[in-house]
Amino acid sequence: MPHDLARAALQGLLTRTSVPRDVVDYIVYGTVIQEVKTSNVAREAALGAGFSDKTPAHTVTMACISSNQAMTTGVGMIAAGQCDVVVAGGVELMSDVPIRHSRKMRKTMLTLNRAKTLGQKLSLISKIRPDYFAPELPAVAEFSTSETMGHSADRLAAAFGISRLEQDEYALRSHTLAKKAQDAGLLQDVVPFKVPGKDTVTKDNGIRPSSMEQMGKLKPAFVKPYGTVTAANSSFLTDGASAILIMSEEKALAMGYKPKAYLRDFVYVSQDPKDQLLLGPTYATPKVLEKAGLSLSDIDVFEFHEAFAGQILANLKAMDSDWFAQNYMGRKSKVGAPPLDKFNTWGGSLSLGHPFGATGCRLVITAAHRLKKEGGQYGLVAACAAGGQVNDAVLHMGP
Amino acid sequence: FAETAENSFNTSNIFSLGYACRNISTSSALHSKTHVSCDIKGDVAVVRFNTPNSKVNTLSKQLSAEFTDVMNEIWANEAVKSAVLISSKPGSFIAGADLNMLEACKTAQEVTQLSQDGQKMLEKIEHSPKPVVAAISGSCLGGGLEVGVPAAFDMMLTGRNIRADRAKKMGLVDQLVEPLGPGLKTPEARTIEYLEEVAIGFARGLANKTVSAKRSKGLMQRLTDYAMALPFVRQQVYKTVESKVQKQTKGLYPAPLKIIEVVKTGLDQGNDAGYLIEAQSFGQLAVTKESKALMGLYHGQVQCKKNKFGTPQKEVKTLAVLGAGLMGAGIAQVSVDKGIKTILKDTAQKGLDRGQQQVYKGLNGKVKKKSLTSFERDSILSNLMGQLDYKGFEKADMVIEAVFEDINVKHKVLKEVEAVIPAHCVFRPVTPPLPHPQHSIAAASKRPEKVIGMHYFSPVDKMQLLEIITTDKTSQDTAASAVAVGLKQGKVVIVVKDGPGFYTTRCLAPMLSEVARVLQEGIDPKKVDAISTAFGFPVGAATLIDEVGVDVATHVAEDLGKAFGERFGGGSIDLFKLMVQKGFLGRKTGKGFYVYQEGVKNRSVNSGMDEILEKFKVPPLSCSCSDEDIQMRLVTRFVNEAAMCLQEGILSNPVEGDIGAVFGLGFPPCLGGPFRFADSYGAQQLVDKLRKYEAVYGSQFTPCQLLLDHANSPSKKFHQ
Repeated sequence: MPHDLARAALQGLLTRTSVPRDVVDYIVYGTVIQEVKTSNVAREAALGAGFSDKTPAHTVTMACISSNQAMTTGVGMIAAGQCDVVVAGGVELMSDVPIRHSRKMRKTMLTLNRAKTLGQKLSLISKIRPDYFAPELPAVAEFSTSETMGHSADRLAAAFGISRLEQDEYALRSHTLAKKAQDAGLLQDVVPFKVPGKDTVTKDNGIRPSSMEQMGKLKPAFVKPYGTVTAANSSFLTDGASAILIMSEEKALAMGYKPKAYLRDFVYVSQDPKDQLLLGPTYATPKVLEKAGLSLSDIDVFEFHEAFAGQILANLKAMDSDWFAQNYMGRKSKVGAPPLDKFNTWGGSLSLGHPFGATGCRLVITAAHRLKKEGGQYGLVAACAAGGQVNDAVLHMGP
Repeated sequence: FAETAENSFNTSNIFSLGYACRNISTSSALHSKTHVSCDIKGDVAVVRFNTPNSKVNTLSKQLSAEFTDVMNEIWANEAVKSAVLISSKPGSFIAGADLNMLEACKTAQEVTQLSQDGQKMLEKIEHSPKPVVAAISGSCLGGGLEVGVPAAFDMMLTGRNIRADRAKKMGLVDQLVEPLGPGLKTPEARTIEYLEEVAIGFARGLANKTVSAKRSKGLMQRLTDYAMALPFVRQQVYKTVESKVQKQTKGLYPAPLKIIEVVKTGLDQGNDAGYLIEAQSFGQLAVTKESKALMGLYHGQVQCKKNKFGTPQKEVKTLAVLGAGLMGAGIAQVSVDKGIKTILKDTAQKGLDRGQQQVYKGLNGKVKKKSLTSFERDSILSNLMGQLDYKGFEKADMVIEAVFEDINVKHKVLKEVEAVIPAHCVFRPVTPPLPHPQHSIAAASKRPEKVIGMHYFSPVDKMQLLEIITTDKTSQDTAASAVAVGLKQGKVVIVVKDGPGFYTTRCLAPMLSEVARVLQEGIDPKKVDAISTAFGFPVGAATLIDEVGVDVATHVAEDLGKAFGERFGGGSIDLFKLMVQKGFLGRKTGKGFYVYQEGVKNRSVNSGMDEILEKFKVPPLSCSCSDEDIQMRLVTRFVNEAAMCLQEGILSNPVEGDIGAVFGLGFPPCLGGPFRFADSYGAQQLVDKLRKYEAVYGSQFTPCQLLLDHANSPSKKFHQ
């Protein structure tokens, strides 16, 4: 169950940071597809991980940026003087999503509860038809437009004229870089997880550098038969949980911690969920840079959520287009595209996988690790989410 | 002739793969082309349609000629392996035949010739040795559809609009391309470019055989094909279709029957015979008076979709509707779905609930038909604010009043509203068919220049017409603003001068009075209905009274009778009054001339009426009781009154008169409206009929001066 994964992430965090459990004032977790039994998964995981039952916990949701929301919620609570130490994280269990009975069946079952006599019960049961048993599966589709995200990504890629070849190349790059980073031991944010009854998982298991020929053989997954988005150039859905420790600077220094990174600033923006569903980073990046008083060239490390290769490339093109900036963003000029040598150099969601609710913390901590490794000053994290929403944050290595 | 309907395939793009022709002809006329251009991209030729200075492409002589040239060049060019047909105009492939071209044809032979030229071209494409892909974005109708898709069956008869996804299911098109959002160009420009790219990919695929254009037939399709090959089955199918068409058109529209004949010939005697008779029939049909009438209506409708008062100073963004009855809620529905914030106000919670439910039901019906998503429905409904007080009226740009039809109530409401609305706000009493002269409402207003009347037709979401009534004091800008709102609501708008009954009600009243007279003469309601629908009215005359409401009809007859005297006589008004007394108000009370029951389709005549009709029975007068006479008695009074409205300046032109009568009152579309009918039937003949009935019945049939003028000089026509 999801809270097991979250529990492991929390315990991993405690072990890594040696922070005493009772110092933690509050816990916030992000998740997308909720397990009904643990709808406040933050609380269940915290209790399970041995936190004090006096530490309150709540769960937030904002599609793929749910754990971004968890982190910024924590930051907000600290800024508001509510608390000093917050643990934020995210969890997603894609391998066991809740599947519901059909509405007709649910209605029958609920009425059955209220039926008093055996006769009433039998008459209700006799009304059940075979179609009542058809289950309702959750879909990765926008509620407002009924369009699946992959379909939207394919249209986005077409709108920006991104070819299949470019997309496959980018996906291959992601896998290759992730493999390199994994082999070099750079992905140190991973905590081993013992699956009950099975072996311990010690590393990301979705990294599969393939060849262009192999990828070229795949058929389009969404817009058939002429689309460009395939299984190989899309991020894959996986199980995962993440956790991060957030403190006010004074508290951290007082407790003798050296911060891994400072959160300098962040923004949330949203736009049209149909045609610009995955174009958020283009809108948010110039905004957060302005807010932080920086320019694109100040950034040493870019860490963007890779929902689809086509989506990343479309964003890069949009950010590099004056026409787009003027006509759709109301800006005088483009912000510019991030240079690829600073961009997702340890792989990304395409190769590492995308457990919806947990990805945000991974992006932030990877950016921090990359800044440290490469001696950079500023990192920029961006992630888009269903509903046409997006979060952008600037990290800073500190004084 | 249904294919001239002006609407479209919707916004999505379709492209169709068609296999085509053997004939290699080598004429390559190199004169400059203005309608069709051709680009060679590698081994694929891209043919672009672009009618200059027009929003849509139409199949004109020039376009056809240039297209033929281009295709011949393509077939002759060795380097070209396949072709893509596409429009340079986003949203329009080819919207069908050029109406102006057809109207310019004097004889059936001319049209037949045009049609045959077109057929030859299409046949060549159908059998082209090089694959041809039609990339269709937007409306693709009539001949345009044939260029894109050489085969259409069901569509031929009904002329309906098919959404792209339906077209794919029907096998009309092979692939769909979804419209794109913003990229490095505008969505429209990029979408059409993308459509072209995808189409080129398919054309290439077809040429090198990596893609197959064969449409796999389902089991049902194969069974149908098998059955249709049997002559016996075919005969049965023809029979069924013919009787169905006969029933629906009453034989008044020649086109559907001709179409069946053409299909029959094509299937039974082969393609060549089919093509020949198709071209001949098309030629004959194009010059029928029905075709002229329908084309006239089309042009009239286009004219009534323009705002002759210009752009209003202030766009109406917030609208307030007073009264959540059938009318008020209907107006709210057609406003919210165009993005206008609408306040729906009523005085009682119960009435308000009913109104809100009506709006919801109307929109939800569209969800069920899949023309809206449930999400769109919800976001449209967020434009609707139901309330019992005047909160927010200070932001209203326009107030539409649809309260109970009582001049005192109207005056009271006007006073209340004027206390809360801003200075620029327009006040528009909605006018159900009752003849309250607008100036009497304007008279009570502090700002009469801002008062304008509107006559919507129930059900508002279905009826296309809106009659706007201006008084002497109404300002130009107020009129512009009212027309703009009407057009935004999707209405066909006519603007008339104030006067009792305005235009539409005034024309209808004498006809209904005559209906009453006919009923008094002992003709039963079913017969009256049959006679009037046989003439082309979509709703029978007796049923019409039930639909309007007997109480309303009484009220109208009484008021207009006072205003116009004998001319509105004929039937006895006491007949209606007694019906009202007995509670026979028509459909709304479940009883009128007929009995209406929920779920019962074949309604029966209300037996309670026997006694009433018996009481008012008058002996039929000789010489005027044949079916044709009855039809003419109804129609001549209608036409005479319409002409009177034009004569008095209530109407500003005959076009609006025709549009108002057809779209608002159901005047037979095949006749094109009262003025078109007067032209085609002949003013002299009309006057003769009127004089004949005048001699028998009296002055209600006295022809008006304008008709007499037209009768005296045969060259005078309402429509040139």
